Amino acid sequence: MLQFILKRLGLAILVAFTVSFISFSLLFLSGDPAAALAGETASGEDIEALRKLYGFDRPMLVQYGDWLFSALQGDFGESYYFKLPVASLIAERLSVTMLLGVCGISFALLTAVPLGVAAAIRPNSLIDRVALFLSVAGQAMPSFWFGLILIVVFAIQLGWLPPSGASTWRHFVMPTIVLGYYAMPAIMRLTRAGMLEVLNSDYIRTARAKGAPEMRVMFKHALRNAIIPVVSLAAVQMGFMLGGSIVVESIFALHGAGFLAWESIGRNDLPTVQALILIFSMFYIVFTFLADVLNAWLDPRMRSS
Amino acid sequence: MKKLSLTTAITAVAFATAGLPALADKAEDKLNVAFTKELENVDSYFNSSREGVVLQRAVWDGLIYRDPVTNEYKGNLATSWEWIDDTTLEFKLREGVTFHNGEAFNADDVVFTVNFVADEANGVKTQRNVNWMKSAEKIDDYTVRIHLKDKFPAAIEFLSGPVSMYPNEYYAEAGASGMGLKPVGTGPYKVVSVVPGQHFVLEKNENYHDSPKGQPTIKTIDIRTVPDVNTQIAELFSGTLDLIWQVPADQSEKLKSMDQFTVANESTMRVGYITMDAAGRSSMDPNPFQDLRVRRAINHAIDRQAIVDSLLKGSSKVINTPCFPSQFGCVQDVTSYEYDPEKAKALLAEAGYPDGFTTEFYAYRNRDYAEALASYLNAVGIKTDFKMLQYSALRELNMKGEVPLAFLTWGSYSINDASAMVSQFFKHGSLDDTRDDEVLEYLNIADSATDPDVRIENYGKALKRITDQAFWAPLFSYNTNYVFKTSVNYSPTPDEVLRFTTMTWN
Repeated sequence: MLQFILKRLGLAILVAFTVSFISFSLLFLSGDPAAALAGETASGEDIEALRKLYGFDRPMLVQYGDWLFSALQGDFGESYYFKLPVASLIAERLSVTMLLGVCGISFALLTAVPLGVAAAIRPNSLIDRVALFLSVAGQAMPSFWFGLILIVVFAIQLGWLPPSGASTWRHFVMPTIVLGYYAMPAIMRLTRAGMLEVLNSDYIRTARAKGAPEMRVMFKHALRNAIIPVVSLAAVQMGFMLGGSIVVESIFALHGAGFLAWESIGRNDLPTVQALILIFSMFYIVFTFLADVLNAWLDPRMRSS
Repeated sequence: MKKLSLTTAITAVAFATAGLPALADKAEDKLNVAFTKELENVDSYFNSSREGVVLQRAVWDGLIYRDPVTNEYKGNLATSWEWIDDTTLEFKLREGVTFHNGEAFNADDVVFTVNFVADEANGVKTQRNVNWMKSAEKIDDYTVRIHLKDKFPAAIEFLSGPVSMYPNEYYAEAGASGMGLKPVGTGPYKVVSVVPGQHFVLEKNENYHDSPKGQPTIKTIDIRTVPDVNTQIAELFSGTLDLIWQVPADQSEKLKSMDQFTVANESTMRVGYITMDAAGRSSMDPNPFQDLRVRRAINHAIDRQAIVDSLLKGSSKVINTPCFPSQFGCVQDVTSYEYDPEKAKALLAEAGYPDGFTTEFYAYRNRDYAEALASYLNAVGIKTDFKMLQYSALRELNMKGEVPLAFLTWGSYSINDASAMVSQFFKHGSLDDTRDDEVLEYLNIADSATDPDVRIENYGKALKRITDQAFWAPLFSYNTNYVFKTSVNYSPTPDEVLRFTTMTWN
């Protein structure tokens, strides 16, 4: 198990470096940061001055090396746009995104897994149909539309929840539902398919034949095996939620890291974008890594492969 | 367009539910306002956005103040000023003014601020706002002189606009990032909290000096950044916002019919225009835009009034000059081109393009306006390869001279002087698509003359030359919709600056 973990860890670090290098190169090619930095009212001469001031006239490899050296010491530089240390800027935004991500994935898992299991127990029943309807609707409905509908109903008509902001738990209810609902269909379909397959297998028939209680068959024997691909999927979904909740953050004015990344790209705020890409890729890497470990724990056969 | 119809649907649904009791923030004496864009830094020398100007006018003061209605200059932190010579201005400062942190305002603050911002190495974001100043010199505690690098008659306008005074002791210690987080000024509102880019809370300055800005009445101004305009409208309905601005025309029209909101529309200084590669910098070969007849054809091809009536609406107007009419020196007696597609076609044929030609056509904002412009051009035979870019990307291309034809806009940083627009683009800088020596000559005289009549005369000559040569196709001025609850009383000004000081409760 330890060897397995170490191997995965080494791979994860390599991936992180590659991602940071590729993203730095892409950003370097994407446009003149000095022009974006200078803002709309600047003249060509202002921009030239800024280019020298920030060292954009140096070769790319030198700039990357510089950045990497500082980043490894936890110093991500100063945001060109906000004139604030990137580390503190991101730390503040990340807490919102993390909270939203954890709530969103919990909501998705807590609704999708039971629904998926229920649908698998009685295929083609009413509950299966309802689950199918929910998942199709979830996949088909754009989240900005769903978010606005929730705002109109719950914030304007009923007045139960605040339309946007992030100051209390009530502000997080609608964003959690929108974000979680987006991840739900895939998890539910996968749970249902996995359960259906497992329930038809020999060892379940054996378990039932030896008289094990149905609940025990379902949850101890069947779900444990059916859930393995769901764990991997949920890990990816979680990574996606942390980096890709841009639309939800924008509609609900949450000012999380996803929105910051999106805006920073438009502003060519390289230090912020670089740090966020590194952090987002670390999330994916960490969650995939955790999912691998969790799966290895759930299924001992995986440890050797 | 998809987003537009969705927006309409949301507004429609919100309508059906209207009539809910609005939360009374009047009772709390707190006005909730939304910004759409994340403001980079509250320190006004280190941001370049409209939101920054709004906060700058609330938190800080300049030496001079320009009345936004009469355009008359009045003393603010200075009580009087005079030109000692062409490049020296002397100010008598107001006594008894204190900064929000208790520091007294005197000549040292002016000297420090001017010397700091004028030094290019300190990296003030919009150099144009400050780089005409060389230094400042203290004469006594309440007398200062500002030395200019060169003759600069627009100095008074800049000193009443983007140049505000900072506390020397505090700023020396805090710097731009400290000032951005805990801003300190002399203005009518002091900042009580800042969450960078997201949330700004201002409180009335009880000790505000006898300023021409007037005394603030509303106690607390709570500004949150809400990026999505639909969410802003929802917040307005649910009562968590009291005032929003820069609201698109179609939504404003619907909100206007509702009793609980006031919709006010004001012009802004922003002017939309088409620029053409008259200097022949782009790789187009042959370059049709070097031919006067083609440039005039483009001017004739566009029905600007129709675009104003159906897209911009409000107080937008057709503009014939490469500057905003209220700006000093923006003489309106120029060559203008009426909508006449037949004449445009004839001019194109005369220029050797009876079947028109194909050109790249760039834009960075208002896709709907740009598409309307493209279809007018198509109608006279100019086929457009339309490209929508981010502003910074388009400007980069433009600076390299790779843009043959583009729909651009300029807001002049709310500076009421023609030099802020026409001199920005026609003095052979990297963004000058024209490079006309005659225009340059007139502008050089106008920009540095101290006699107002000489300035007007030479801006007039430059503008006549530009319009006669049809270097640009000036299009229209922009407008802004302000939507607020009927409990709020506010008259917006034509410079697109939200003035909290003049807002009151009804």
